[in-house]
Amino acid sequence: MDAMELINFYLVPGIVVGSIYALGAVGITLVFAILRYAHLAHGDLATFGAFLALGVVTLGGVSPYVALPVAMAVTAAVAVGIDRTFYAYLRERPKIVTVMASLGVALMVRAVVQIVWGVDSQTYTRGIVRPENWFGIRIRDREIVTVLAMIALVVALQLFLKYSKWGKAMRAMSDNPDLALLSGVDNRKVVLLTWTIVGGLCAAAGVFLGLNYELKALMGWTMLLPMFAAAILGGVGRVEGAVLGGLIVGIAEEMSALFLPTEYKAATAFAILLLMLLVRPTGLLKGKVL
Amino acid sequence: MEWLGFVNYAVFMAIFIGIYALLALGLNIQWGYTGLFNAGIAGFFAVGAYTSAILTSPFAEGRVGGFDLPVPVGWLGAMVAAGLIAWPIGKICLRLRSDYLAIATIGVAEIIRLVVKSESWLTNAARGITDIPRPFGDLAYTMSQLAYLAIVAGVLLVAYLLVERQFASPWGRMMRAIRDNEDAARAMGKDVPYRRLEAFIFGSALMGLGGALFAHFNRTITPEAIDPMVATFLVWIMLILGGSGNNRGAILGVAVVWIIWSMSEIVTDRLPHEYAVKAKYLRVFLIGLMLQVVLRFRPEGLLPEPQKRGPRPDPAASGARPPASPD
Repeated sequence: MDAMELINFYLVPGIVVGSIYALGAVGITLVFAILRYAHLAHGDLATFGAFLALGVVTLGGVSPYVALPVAMAVTAAVAVGIDRTFYAYLRERPKIVTVMASLGVALMVRAVVQIVWGVDSQTYTRGIVRPENWFGIRIRDREIVTVLAMIALVVALQLFLKYSKWGKAMRAMSDNPDLALLSGVDNRKVVLLTWTIVGGLCAAAGVFLGLNYELKALMGWTMLLPMFAAAILGGVGRVEGAVLGGLIVGIAEEMSALFLPTEYKAATAFAILLLMLLVRPTGLLKGKVL
Repeated sequence: MEWLGFVNYAVFMAIFIGIYALLALGLNIQWGYTGLFNAGIAGFFAVGAYTSAILTSPFAEGRVGGFDLPVPVGWLGAMVAAGLIAWPIGKICLRLRSDYLAIATIGVAEIIRLVVKSESWLTNAARGITDIPRPFGDLAYTMSQLAYLAIVAGVLLVAYLLVERQFASPWGRMMRAIRDNEDAARAMGKDVPYRRLEAFIFGSALMGLGGALFAHFNRTITPEAIDPMVATFLVWIMLILGGSGNNRGAILGVAVVWIIWSMSEIVTDRLPHEYAVKAKYLRVFLIGLMLQVVLRFRPEGLLPEPQKRGPRPDPAASGARPPASPD
C-alpha cells in the first residue's frame, strides 16, 4: 500500500470521524470538569440532535447545513430542560447518583427517537457523493465542512471561555468550585450556560455523524465510548485536549482496521481509555482526575 | 387446561425472577455495599452464559468446546470467568472515582458483545450455542420447569444467605465504611482499592452465575438473547426500586419490576403491529422515567438499607446512593 492509499482510506476518514468525536468530547469534558460527573446520556442527546435536524430537513426541504443551527438551538434547550427536570434536584447528592440518572435519561432520549423517527437507518440526502480529487487526496465537501465547523466551534468556545465574563466564571467553577462560589459566581447561571453549550455541541456532533455516515437510533450510544476515551485522553477539563483526543481516537480507530478485523474498531477506543486510566489518568494535557 | 397454562406461566416468571435476583444481588454487593457503578451487567451475564455453555455442551463442529462437563462445573466456570473479566477492569478503574468504572464497564459490555457476535470459533457467532444440557431436562414440560425452578430457588437461597452474611460480617461493615467515608476508612488503614476490587469481583461472579442459569434454562444462547442496555438497566431499576443495600429489597424489586415489565409486554404484544413497535419503546421510556421518579421521591427504595445501631441519619443522607467524600 502506498502513502496515498493510506491517506485516502485511513487518515482522511480518521480525521473526519475524529472531528466528530472531538465535538462530543468537548461537551463531555465540560460537564465532567464543571458539573463533575460523567454524563452518559451524551451520545443519545447527539442522536436526538441529528434526528431533529432530519426533521427540519424533511419538513422544510432545506439543506442539513441550514438545519444544523436549528438543531443545535433546540437540543441546547432540551439539554437545559433535562438538567432542570432530572439532574437539578440531585445536585446535593453524591455525583454518582447523577451518573445513574443520566443512564436513565440516555434510555429515555433514545426511546423518544425510536418512537418519533422509527428504527430504520436514514440519511439527510439521497445519492452518493463522489469525493473531489485534491492532488491525489480524495475528500468530499461535507468532510471539509465537518472539520472546518469543528475548528470554528471550538475556537469560538475557547474565545468565549477565555475572554468573556461568563466563560471565566465557568473556568472558575471548573478549577475550584468553593472559591468560585465564594467569589460570587452564580452557580445556576454557570450550569445553565454549560448545558446550553454542551447541548449545542452535542447536536453538532450528531448532525455531522449523520451527514458523513447515516442516522440510526444507536449512533450516539456507540459514539459514547470513543467520546469518553477522547475526553480522558486529552485531559478532563481541557477543551483543546478533547479536540486532540478526539482526533487521535478517530485516526487510531480507522488505522486499527489495518491490523484488526473491522468489527473491533470500537475496541480501539476502549483500549486507549484503559491505557490512559492505567498510566496517566490526567490525560495528555494534564487535566483533572475526579 | 387453562390452569395448567397459568401454572406454566407463573413458573416461567418465577425462574426469570430467580435469575434476575442473582444479578441484583451481585449488583447489590457492588453498588449497595460498596458504591461501585457497574454499567456492564449484561456483559458479565453474557460471559457467564457462554462460559457455561462452552464447558457443558456436547461436541460441535467448528467451534471450541464440547467438553460435555457436568453442569455444576459449568456454573463454577461461569463465575470464575466473569470474575476474571472483572479483575483487570477493577484493577485499573477502582483507584479512581466510580464515574470511570461506569464508562469502562459500558466499554467491557460492548467489547464482549462484539466478541460474542463475531468470533465464531468461540461462540458460534450469530447462530449461538445450542444443545446446552439442562438439569432434569428430559422430564415432561411442567415437571421439568418445576425442577429447574427448584434449582434456581436453591442457588438463589444459598447466594442470598452468603451475601446476607457478608453484609453483617466485619467485611460488610468495612465495605459500608469505605462507601460512606472513603477518607476515614483509608485513615483506619483499609486498603480501599483492594477491597473495592473484592466487591467488584464477587458481584461480577454472581452475575456470571445468573448468566449460566439463563443459558441452561433456555438450552441455547445467542447474541440476541439479551438487549445489553435494557437488561443492564432493568437490573439497576430493580435494585434501586427495591432498596439498595438491602438484599430482601433487591429481590422484592426484581419481582415487582419483572412482573410490571413482562405484564406490559403482554399488553403491547396485543396491539396492532404498527403500534406494537412504538409501544415497545414507550415501555423503555417509562422504565427510564421510573428510575428518575424513584431517585427523586424514594431514593432509599421500598425496603431501605437496615440501620442496626445509633440514630437514623437524616433521610437525605441515606438511600440509593453511597455518600461519597466531597470532591
